[in-house]
Amino acid sequence: MRAYKPKDDVQAKAYYTDRFYVAPQMPKSSVEEDEVFASDLAAIKEKFEVKEAYIQVEQMVVYINAHDIYGVLELMRDELSYTQLSEMSAIDWLAKDNTFEIFYQMLSMTKRKRIRIKYFIQNGEAVDSVEKLFRSADWSEREMFDMFGIEANNHPFMKRILMPYDWQGNPLLKTYPLEGDEFAAWYEVDKIYGKEARDIIGPELRDPAKVDRYDSERFARLGHEVPKGTKITGDEPAVTQSYQEEGGVFLVKKLDKESSVIIDDPQR
Amino acid sequence: MAQHKVNYTQDGGLPIALTSVDKIVNWGRSNSLWAMTYGLACCGIEMMAAGASRYDFDRFGTIFRASPRQSDVMIVAGTLTKKHSEFIKRLYDQMTEPRWVISMGSCANTGGMFNTYATVQGVDRIIPVDLYLPGCAPRPETLQYGVMLLQKKIRANKAGNAQKAKRLM
Repeated sequence: MRAYKPKDDVQAKAYYTDRFYVAPQMPKSSVEEDEVFASDLAAIKEKFEVKEAYIQVEQMVVYINAHDIYGVLELMRDELSYTQLSEMSAIDWLAKDNTFEIFYQMLSMTKRKRIRIKYFIQNGEAVDSVEKLFRSADWSEREMFDMFGIEANNHPFMKRILMPYDWQGNPLLKTYPLEGDEFAAWYEVDKIYGKEARDIIGPELRDPAKVDRYDSERFARLGHEVPKGTKITGDEPAVTQSYQEEGGVFLVKKLDKESSVIIDDPQR
Repeated sequence: MAQHKVNYTQDGGLPIALTSVDKIVNWGRSNSLWAMTYGLACCGIEMMAAGASRYDFDRFGTIFRASPRQSDVMIVAGTLTKKHSEFIKRLYDQMTEPRWVISMGSCANTGGMFNTYATVQGVDRIIPVDLYLPGCAPRPETLQYGVMLLQKKIRANKAGNAQKAKRLM
């Protein structure tokens, strides 16, 4: 565990250094150690430029050029029997060098191996869609567009998938505050009632530690609720609960505990 | 005919009950609170349990309806996301008056643990709420207790007057 540091200004600063802590890497080993990965990498290297390749946690990681992605995945699917695209998304490195790292996690059921294809794009660049190769990339690329704002060229339906179509901002960017920017804070009010309703409805209450003057304690136990801050000794008299008014309810007989019978025989 | 003989000496002598219009209308309203099936998250499971045979909401006259046009009370059971907020307003507007809203669970009350960009921080930012139930999730007994309190609230109102329009603004 890393040491605790006070996070009082964590929402005030867009790039809070400790928040984007980079975890230490697992040890990397050479591709030659695994003959299946070595032959796969050789097949990829025949046709495409490979920038870097290593094995980490029994999976091969291959860095390629961004424009080769469709060709590499097609080769892996048709000739190397990596028939599944398990997941794909992006990593935000904008604070470091203004790039996104895109990864594609591939699985071969026959070889029982996993390969991760990676490349970097600059902020604002688009990627090539692999939806024609893997149907699973359809929603993954839409999610990447929704969460990071990275568009996929030749995608059949490049729209947001999780957030509403009229949403502004990309929530998984590291600059995006967890509790939302101003657009997010007023989204439902602006959309339903209009901007002029902001003053009437008021801002969101985002402080979970706020104590209201009407707050109470022990509200889960009926008849034992006390105002917050009351010193509880344990011998307070329980308040009798009544679900009916004193004057009686029309056509409903009031429950009288004295004259009612409690049946405690389960075999009655 | 003898078996249907009315005993005129009992209960003040006449086989009738006297009451006011307010009371009989409120009796009808409070004892047939048809609820809208509006399970948004895990509180919806507790709401379903309250409607099923063990807790048996039918005893209270609370029968779940799948249409806002047939329901009197909207039980908002679960996390309301910002994407869904316009639909809860639309469904609430489709309910006929008089109508009531029970906000069930921490998420519906205040946003709960989801202090994030995508969650509405309390359904009372969208629609007026009559009753807030604490809990994460509240047990079916809590929901039944809540419905009994709502019945009490309905009985306390004048039925003859048109229900005051409850609006946020």
